[in-house]
Amino acid sequence: MKLVRYFPVAVDSIRANKMRASLTMLGIIIGVAAVLIILGVGRGASEDILGEVASQGTTRLTISPSTENEGEGAGSAVETLTMGDVRTLSDPAFHPDVRQVVPQYGGNIQLVAGNENTRARVTGTTAAYADVHKLEIAEGRFLTEDEITQMSSVIVIGTTVATDLFGRTQVVGESVRIDGEPFTVVGVLAESGNAGFGSNDDSGFIPIGVAHGRVFSVPRYRGEYVVTSISADAVSEERVDAAEQQIEQTLRLRHGLGADDDSDFSISTQASLLDTIGSVTNTLTLLLSSIAAISLLVGGIGIMNIMLVSVTERTKEIGLRKALGAHTSDVLLQFLVESLVLTLLGGLIGIGISYGAAVLVSRIPGFPIDVLIGIDALILALGVSAGCGLVFGLYPAMRATRLDPIVALRYE
Amino acid sequence: MADSSTLIDMQNITKVYQMGETKVLALNGVSLSIEEGEYVAIVGTSGSGKSTLMNIIGLLDSPTEGVFQIRGQRADGLSGRQLADLRNREIGFVFQQFNLLARAPAWRQVELPLFYANVARSAARGRALETLAQVGLADRADHKPEELSGGQQQRVAIARALVNRPSLLLADEPTGALDTRTGEEVMALFEKLHAEGLTLVVITHDQEVAERARRVITMRDGAIISDSRDAAAVAAHGGSNGLSEPALAPLPRPVAIEQIQERVYEAG
Repeated sequence: MKLVRYFPVAVDSIRANKMRASLTMLGIIIGVAAVLIILGVGRGASEDILGEVASQGTTRLTISPSTENEGEGAGSAVETLTMGDVRTLSDPAFHPDVRQVVPQYGGNIQLVAGNENTRARVTGTTAAYADVHKLEIAEGRFLTEDEITQMSSVIVIGTTVATDLFGRTQVVGESVRIDGEPFTVVGVLAESGNAGFGSNDDSGFIPIGVAHGRVFSVPRYRGEYVVTSISADAVSEERVDAAEQQIEQTLRLRHGLGADDDSDFSISTQASLLDTIGSVTNTLTLLLSSIAAISLLVGGIGIMNIMLVSVTERTKEIGLRKALGAHTSDVLLQFLVESLVLTLLGGLIGIGISYGAAVLVSRIPGFPIDVLIGIDALILALGVSAGCGLVFGLYPAMRATRLDPIVALRYE
Repeated sequence: MADSSTLIDMQNITKVYQMGETKVLALNGVSLSIEEGEYVAIVGTSGSGKSTLMNIIGLLDSPTEGVFQIRGQRADGLSGRQLADLRNREIGFVFQQFNLLARAPAWRQVELPLFYANVARSAARGRALETLAQVGLADRADHKPEELSGGQQQRVAIARALVNRPSLLLADEPTGALDTRTGEEVMALFEKLHAEGLTLVVITHDQEVAERARRVITMRDGAIISDSRDAAAVAAHGGSNGLSEPALAPLPRPVAIEQIQERVYEAG
């Protein structure tokens, strides 16, 4: 209860040196605001990406080739995933939990229309791609089964590609040339409104056979065209793990892998993708926050410095207080509470600034992410600033308690 | 030996300071007793040991040897915490430079000892205002030090010394920073407090200040060289403290002390 009584004393002392106190607090203010804003951006970005991933369906599995880990081609994809694998995986007898299997072969390539051209990521795939990847079509339609089997020269493009080439998105029926060969635009994808992860705005989709046979020079493995990845859709969210096992079993068998061999492919599910994204953003946030925390440390040292000055300046006052009956603990608490008030006030202002920044950012139209500052971050910020006050105020306060009242009273 | 009216009792107090390699004997076997209600001046040149004596009386310092008792309680063996509480309860300090907190109004200065005595804030404020009225500063309670004259500042400091109703008011050169007129304000206040029964110990090198006391203790080289109860002064003020000693022949005061000092110098 007595502790509360030191607060007016501390506030008086801080008010007596407003300028000095506010400059000292600035270190804590900047530190706390920086940490909170970075945590908020990290959380906002993470929520944004996770939302995007979740909206693309949670039953999808992606099979990718492993990368070479030795020899000349180290780091590039192992080219053992083929159309043969796709056909086998499509057999529901052995893969009861796999609903759809979609091959993809893609690459960056130039698209031309009239005098305009643009580079886009063009993927050869099948009609089921739209379903498995939850694509939304703005104009026309996606590729059809007939177009796949007949290897028609048709293309579905994203909005960025459409506007780059035609200056508009209502372009169904227009012609786009790849390597001089004309392709008819049959559909335009809806704008994802997201410049980052999972956007198809700068993509194009053509029948897989066309990609394999005419557009790209695709290598073969055991007589089959290779693919860059295979998407599969499980029958339900609960059966994703079962589907993964079925796929893994088949592929290991087809690729002739023994019990001790590593797989030459990897299967990722949306759930594992969510985990990975979560841990990546967490690591990034932690890294950036620790850098921001350095400014808190600097701020704390500023507090220690100014408290040492304050103790020296008030030597006579300390002597007086001791003469009037202050215990050592009274002097210690007086200075500790003073530095605590400084840092807590700084922390609160820092919180205010970071909240202001979050509100400001949310008002900017089209800004990709929100700054999300949670209660936990607030408690953390308050705790850290209080901790700063205690840690960096302790040494100056101890110095104050060690003053001999006789000497202190004579100090000029 | 200390009866119930003895406030301070010092037996054979020795204080040795270690100054680097050399030892300095600040007090050399001082024995002294101060009764309740006395008005004592301790005089001496600088280096005479009077400041050390004041620090020991004020419980700020402890003797190297000897026994110091206040109200019959021995101060040796007390912890820093107990000494602080004893100071807070028994001693009111008045300093030459007032030692007021900058920027705090008078009543806040005065309530400071009550803060350390754990008196509730509202009660403390009331007592601070009461005590300010006692020193004649009721209308200056909200004034900050820079808005007060030197004499008023010292009176605020005296109110601060009195607020916790101490047994002893210990003043160190209370008029040292004041001019003659404002110094007189302070001395008149001491007179009034003495008449009200407060025990006062004033440390000074100012003869005029010392003359106002009823008892003058002169220090030199760490020892008491004279201790005179001035019967004339006691008589002149009505002997209110009952300490009259008619046997002591009254000398004109300034002469008395100077003569004593001269005699001592001659002897030394």
